[in-house]
Amino acid sequence: MNNRKIEIGVGLFVALGIAALFMLAMQVSNLAVMQHGESYLLSAAFENTGGLKVRSPVTVSGVRVGRVDAIDYDTRAYQAVVSLRIDSAYDSFPEDTTASIFTAGLLGEQYIALEPGGSMENLKDGDRVQLTQSALVMEQVIGQFLYSMTSKNNASEE
Amino acid sequence: MLDALQALGRATLGFFERLGRGHLFLLQTLASMPGVLLRPRLVLAQLYSVGVRTLVITLVSGMFVGMVLGLQGYNTLVDFGAEESLGVLVALSLVRELGPVVAALLFAGRAGSALTAEIGLMKATEQLSGMEMMAVDPVQRVVAPRFLAAFLSMPLLAAIFSAVGIFGGHFVGVGLLGVDDGAFWSQMQDKVDLGGDIYNGVIKSIVFGLVAGWIALFEGYDATPTPEGVSRATTRTVVHTALAVLGLDFVLTALMFGD
Repeated sequence: MNNRKIEIGVGLFVALGIAALFMLAMQVSNLAVMQHGESYLLSAAFENTGGLKVRSPVTVSGVRVGRVDAIDYDTRAYQAVVSLRIDSAYDSFPEDTTASIFTAGLLGEQYIALEPGGSMENLKDGDRVQLTQSALVMEQVIGQFLYSMTSKNNASEE
Repeated sequence: MLDALQALGRATLGFFERLGRGHLFLLQTLASMPGVLLRPRLVLAQLYSVGVRTLVITLVSGMFVGMVLGLQGYNTLVDFGAEESLGVLVALSLVRELGPVVAALLFAGRAGSALTAEIGLMKATEQLSGMEMMAVDPVQRVVAPRFLAAFLSMPLLAAIFSAVGIFGGHFVGVGLLGVDDGAFWSQMQDKVDLGGDIYNGVIKSIVFGLVAGWIALFEGYDATPTPEGVSRATTRTVVHTALAVLGLDFVLTALMFGD
């Protein structure tokens, strides 16, 4: 009788539920992003990483080429060491590439921007990016600004 | 004076007695699970009346909750020029909180109250004691399949709610308000963590399913077998489930996302 209807209804319900879970996992979460294909590691030492986080993007000319794999602190050099996982598709960065930590927008997240240099040799897996520029810390910027303002005022008064 | 003391004492004892009965009832239900698994047809019929019939209200509510989130989120985010983060806002609110909680509240209103009324009426018309006469365990025959059905349905309903809600938010944000489609999805995929957000949402919905099923069935099983008693039990199911779900949600959120 309506046994068939019930079974079809339950089947539809369960299929829909599993499809929803699958959609949440594949389309919404970071599963798709985490499946990095071929990639290689670079590292860079920074005086200050600011608000950089693991999985923050690494970009060149605004194009994302990889993400931050790990952030450690080197106790001997007194510097933060950031590992960058770069897609193998982007494998030709000159040795004198600069890595800088920038902020997306005024309040946005921090990311690493690579700026290729002019050297003939390319960076290889495990290499360290030598030229780095630390994150701007807002307090330092404001402090320097105030300092330069007051010294200018003093100079004009004298 | 003594009368007041006696009333207080009776109320306290009654409360703990009920609490104890509730836990014994849960243990009894869980103990009869193996017997239920041998008769999946009973569970199937309950999955239909508990899960499938709750599907439509879940779909519609999820759609509208997602659309409202999209609209309100856009209005706030656009002030900061951060409307690209709309996908993150909609997805995280739904997956972490609104999906499990609102789906559980809808479940209590739609399925929980029906379960209580059904079992309460079975008790009032002495069908349950009739089963006992025939040496059929009413907990195993009537209660346990419904409990299992509630336990299985809730995570599916919550996931459906979240998924539909995200599409609702996408429809309003991308379709009507002009947020960039790629940014909507890519920022979402960037920020929503499979282990931290989605699994925890599923765990929440499983807990809510257990609690909603337990409360609904116990209220029905423990109802005073009169029309008034069944009506009171049905009301209590909805109120207690709502309170338990909201309270547990706070505890679970503090445990999962507290640090």
